[in-house]
Amino acid sequence: MANDTVLRPEYVRDQVQEHDFGVVQKPLTPWDRLYGNGYFRKGVILLVLAAIWQAYASYLNNPLVLPTFLATLQSFIERVASGELVGKAWVSIKVLLQGYVIGMALALLLTVLAVATRIGNDLLETLTAMLNPLPAIALLPLALIWLGLGNPSIVFVLIHAVMWPVALNTHSGFLGVSNTLRMVGRNYGLSGLGYVRQILIPAAFPSILAGLKIGWAFAWRTLIAAELVFGTSSGSGGLGWFIYENKNTLDIPAVFAGLFTVILIGLLVESLIFRTLEQRTIRKWGMQHG
Amino acid sequence: MPPFDRTLDKGAAMNLSDAQPLLQVRDVTLQYKTRDHLVTATYRVSFDVYRSDRFVLLGPSGCGKSTLLKAVGGYLPPVEGDITLKGQAVTRPGPDRVMVFQEFDQLLPWKTVRQNVVFALESSGRLKGKAADERAMAYIEKVNLARFADSFPHTLSGGMKQRVAIARGMAMEPDVLLMDEPFAALDALTRRKMQDELMQLWEDTRFTVLFVTHSIPEAVRIGNRILLLSPHPGQVKAELNSDGQDRTDERGLRLSDRIHHMLFSGQGVEEEAVVHG
Repeated sequence: MANDTVLRPEYVRDQVQEHDFGVVQKPLTPWDRLYGNGYFRKGVILLVLAAIWQAYASYLNNPLVLPTFLATLQSFIERVASGELVGKAWVSIKVLLQGYVIGMALALLLTVLAVATRIGNDLLETLTAMLNPLPAIALLPLALIWLGLGNPSIVFVLIHAVMWPVALNTHSGFLGVSNTLRMVGRNYGLSGLGYVRQILIPAAFPSILAGLKIGWAFAWRTLIAAELVFGTSSGSGGLGWFIYENKNTLDIPAVFAGLFTVILIGLLVESLIFRTLEQRTIRKWGMQHG
Repeated sequence: MPPFDRTLDKGAAMNLSDAQPLLQVRDVTLQYKTRDHLVTATYRVSFDVYRSDRFVLLGPSGCGKSTLLKAVGGYLPPVEGDITLKGQAVTRPGPDRVMVFQEFDQLLPWKTVRQNVVFALESSGRLKGKAADERAMAYIEKVNLARFADSFPHTLSGGMKQRVAIARGMAMEPDVLLMDEPFAALDALTRRKMQDELMQLWEDTRFTVLFVTHSIPEAVRIGNRILLLSPHPGQVKAELNSDGQDRTDERGLRLSDRIHHMLFSGQGVEEEAVVHG
C-alpha cells in the first residue's frame, strides 16, 4: 500500500512578517455596532409593538374595549405627573419586596438544609412537589382568615409565590455543581456553611439567578392579582387596586396605564437589576454566553 | 536532552533504612458502589512514598489508580488496610494533601487566577490577607502566569488552567501533591511542555508528588519511582525506578518497553493505547 502514495518534495517556508499583510482587524460598521446593541434591538421590538397597538386601536375605534397606545400613554403621563401612579407603584413594590426577600431567605434556608441532610432533601422535594403547583392566589382566602385583612396576608401569599420556584432552582443548581469543584472545596478544608457560601452558591449562581427571575415574575403576578381580588387595607392600595378602581369607573385608558406600569417596572427590573447582576457575575465568570 | 539533570546523585541519596516514608499505603482495598454493582477498585495495594519522591501510579484504565489517589486524598475510606501520612491515619480531605485534577473546571470560575490561589490559602487557614496574596503571586510567577494573575479562568487555555491548578496546589506547600492525570486533557505538544515545566518546578522546590497517569512515556519522564498496577481489581505488579531517560537495561530493553510488556503480557488486546503521550 505504501507504494501507492504520491511522492512529493518537502519544503520549509519562512513566516510572513506581520507588517507584510494587510488588515487583520477592522472596525465594525455603524450598523453592525447598532445591531449588536441589545437595548437597541429590544427598543425596536417595543416600538413595533406600540405601532401595531396604535394602528389596531385606531382601527377599532372603541376606547372602552381598547384605548389607543397614545391615549394610554397620555393617561399614564398624567397619572404619573399627579404622583398617583408613582405612589401606588411604591405601595406595591414595598409589599412585593417584603414578600420577595422573606421568600428568598426561606428558600435558601430550605435548600441549605436539603444539601446538608438527606431528610432535608426529602422535605424540600416533597414540599415543592406539593406546594409549587398550588397557585398563590388560591391561598389568599385562607391567608385572610389566618392573618386578617392587611399586608401580612399579601406578604404571606407572596412568600408562597416566591419560595418554591427559587428553592427548586437553587436546589437543582446545587445538585448540578461539578464533583471536581466539590472535591476542591473539601480539599481546602471547607465544610458546612462556608462550603455552601464559597462553593455551592457561586457555582450554582446561574440556576439561582434564573430562580430569582422566575420568583420575581411570580411575585409580581401574585401581588397584582391579590390586590385586584382583595383591594386595599390601609387606605392606600397598590397598582392592582388602581387598576380595579379605574375599571369600576370605566376609565379604561387608566386601566391600561396601570397595566403599563406593571410592565414597565418588570422591564426595568429585568434590564437594570437582573441584567447588571448577570453581567457582573455569571457573564464575567464565563458561566453564561450569548 | 532536557535542560536539567535528573540523574540520581548517588552520594546524596539517603540510606533506605534511615529514611522514614512520608506516605504509607498498607494493604489497601478500595470498593465503591455503582447503581447495581459493588466494584473492588484495588486489592491489597501497598507502597511507600518518601520525601521529594515523584511517585507515579501507572496502569491501564480499571486498575484503580485514580480511586487510590482519591483514597489518599481522604475522599474514600479503604475497606481494608490503612493510609498514613507522617504516621497519622488519613481519614478525610485536608490541605496537607492537595489534589490537582484532570478537569479544567477545578478552578473556581468566579475567581481570578490570583483569587483562586488566595482562596485556597485562606479557606484552609494557611495564610491570611497580604501574606496569602504574596505567596499566591510567588507561585503564579513560578508557573509563568504573572501576566494573567487578574484574568478569569474562562479566558485561559487548557494548559494555563492546569498551570494555575498546579500553582494553587504548590502554594499550599502540602506534604504531598496529588496529581490525577493533570495533563491528560491537554494536546500532545502542551502536555510535553507541561511535563518539562513540572520537572523544572520540582528541581526548584523538591516537593513530593503522587502522580497518576495511564501514559508510559509520561510515567518514565516524570517519575523517579513507578508503581505498576494491573487491572480488575488493581493490584501491584511491580515498582520500578526511573531517571527520566528511558534507559536500556542489561538485557537491552528500554524501561518503557519493559513496562509495556509487564502491563500487557498475556493479554491479546491492548486496552487504551498506553503508548501515546
